[in-house]
Amino acid sequence: MSPFLHVNDLKVHFPTDDGVVKAVDGLTFDLEKGKTLGIVGESGSGKSVTSLAIMGLHRGSRARLSGEVLLDGQDLLKLSDEELRSLRGRRMAMIFQDPLSAMHPYYTIGQQLVEAIQVHEKVAKKAARTKVMDMLGRVGIPNPNKRIDQYPHEFSGGMRQRAMIAMALINDPELLIADEPTTALDVTVQAQILDLMRDLQDEFGSAIIMITHDLGVVAEIADDVLVMYGGKCIEYAEVDSAFHQPDHPYTWGLLTSMPRLDRLKQDRLLPIAGNPPSLINLPPGCAFHPRCAFREFAPCACDEVVPDLLESYPKHDSRCHIPVAKRAELFANVIAPRL
Amino acid sequence: MFWFTVRRLVSVVVMIFLITATTFALFYASPIDPARYSCGKNCTPTILEGNRKALGYDKPVLVQYGKFVSGLFVGRDYPDNEFLQAQFPDQIVHCPAPCLGYSPSQHRTINEMVAEAWPISLSIALGAFILWMVTGVSGGIIAALNKGKWQDRGIVGTALVGFSLPTFFVGLVLLTFPAIKWGWVPIPHFVPFTENPVAWAQNLILPWITLAFFFAASYVRLTRAYMIETMSEDYIRTANAKGVARWTVIFRHGLRAVLTPIVTAAGLDLGGLLGGAIITESVFSLHGLGYLAVHSVTTMDLPTIVALVMIVSTFIVIANMVVDIVYGFIDPRVKLS
Repeated sequence: MSPFLHVNDLKVHFPTDDGVVKAVDGLTFDLEKGKTLGIVGESGSGKSVTSLAIMGLHRGSRARLSGEVLLDGQDLLKLSDEELRSLRGRRMAMIFQDPLSAMHPYYTIGQQLVEAIQVHEKVAKKAARTKVMDMLGRVGIPNPNKRIDQYPHEFSGGMRQRAMIAMALINDPELLIADEPTTALDVTVQAQILDLMRDLQDEFGSAIIMITHDLGVVAEIADDVLVMYGGKCIEYAEVDSAFHQPDHPYTWGLLTSMPRLDRLKQDRLLPIAGNPPSLINLPPGCAFHPRCAFREFAPCACDEVVPDLLESYPKHDSRCHIPVAKRAELFANVIAPRL
Repeated sequence: MFWFTVRRLVSVVVMIFLITATTFALFYASPIDPARYSCGKNCTPTILEGNRKALGYDKPVLVQYGKFVSGLFVGRDYPDNEFLQAQFPDQIVHCPAPCLGYSPSQHRTINEMVAEAWPISLSIALGAFILWMVTGVSGGIIAALNKGKWQDRGIVGTALVGFSLPTFFVGLVLLTFPAIKWGWVPIPHFVPFTENPVAWAQNLILPWITLAFFFAASYVRLTRAYMIETMSEDYIRTANAKGVARWTVIFRHGLRAVLTPIVTAAGLDLGGLLGGAIITESVFSLHGLGYLAVHSVTTMDLPTIVALVMIVSTFIVIANMVVDIVYGFIDPRVKLS
């Protein structure tokens, strides 16, 4: 049986005057219902573009998509606009990063959620309103009968994100894509929102794609981790494996640049040198090589050959020229002591 | 909301008062002697003094202004001199409140002149307003949705032409060809709406097009710019992610947000236009407020000029207030208190 969501060799290219921007270049992953995939990467690594491509929100833009996005065996890239529209918001829904700009300023929360129901279902306004009220209560918004008639600007950031989540979940979607849902929020509110998403996943059994640049969020909520760099997947593993035996120098960099509050004494954080690559003019070979501190250990020229995504351990793939054994040794001797 | 409206109304009254005082002061400080202009060719010092007395110009400016203001509330009688009124009781002209003044060159109260001209200006303004709102806004939407394509280029190009061509040129072309040479429509003369609505519209269609062509051009540009900006907002992406149909996204989500700046501009433009479209009325010889203004300026009819300035500025001030209040209704983020 094929997985619930199967993304195969997804490419999203934007032709521009200066050349083709390869925002996503051959991405493959699977996701089952009730599971969460964390997609991690810096700004411009192709995370958001991937989510928009799955939702079909690139239609009408210049983007060129290829590959397969199979939702329950149905290739979303081959659907007509109308077929795809009827899936959006019903079978797959999305939570956006900044709920203030992502909600319409001129309509009340209630109006926006009722619309989300009525787009897909012929329900009387009153029944829809009752459902909305119920949903607002379930995502932890107090006094939903009062809040339902307020405008987004009258909500606090955390409450707005809860309303956004309520809007995404209102039609009980099987796939939920959350594009940095906690980035715009306070740390305490972040934790509440993550708890909420986990509870709701247990309740609804949806598959979640959590897009973030925060490894802490991934450790908290994900079952699988996919690390993106320059539009490509460079490491793809189950979450335990990814954190205990990270297998790519870039992932090491992400981990060593993250502060740890559970250690008394800590060496200085190690930022990753350099900047994310330009997607229009990727470095030849391994896109990470100009910033890689360990390229001397690679047996071949990192700046000439693009490494393949290979299985290093069971259910743990990575894309690096350095031999697996050498990487394990480097991690154990150099990186692990710093974590 | 209530107190906001009250406060705005008070400030409107203060504003109009200041405008009348300023215009009154400016015009009476000018070297033109209105009594001289009412005196005619065979003017003798005696007639001049008589006229001056009859019109009340012999009194100090402050007294004159006081009479002008009180006339607005309780009306006035002309000639404005108790001695003359007693002498010629059968020649008294009563000017009911709000009395705008008496035109010595026309020998009529300004109220009468305005009452004749105002329906013409109102008809021109309202018809043109509807025409330019419909064409301008829909043109702007079509251009925005087809950004960069031939529809966009065509509409924006036409708008540029409309914006650049002077009203008197467009008016003259329309008058010459469809009306005079081809006879498609009558040469405009005003027929009151209550008399014959069809003839009313037929006679006004050319002035409407003339004005609407100019205004629609700026509304095309305004709507297009705001629409393009709005359609790239995050909440439009959210609407799409919810599975909302394309046209609903455009109208309920996109256009709804664009409405605010359009209403602002529309209110102010209409307010200004209600005081008369000077060039259009002159080209088509429609005797509205704009035509009246040109006529009073060329004949140095000072009291009429003062009255017209007051009317025009009152329209603009009130339009401003209405826009402010409407804003509170269409944008929930604006708190009117």
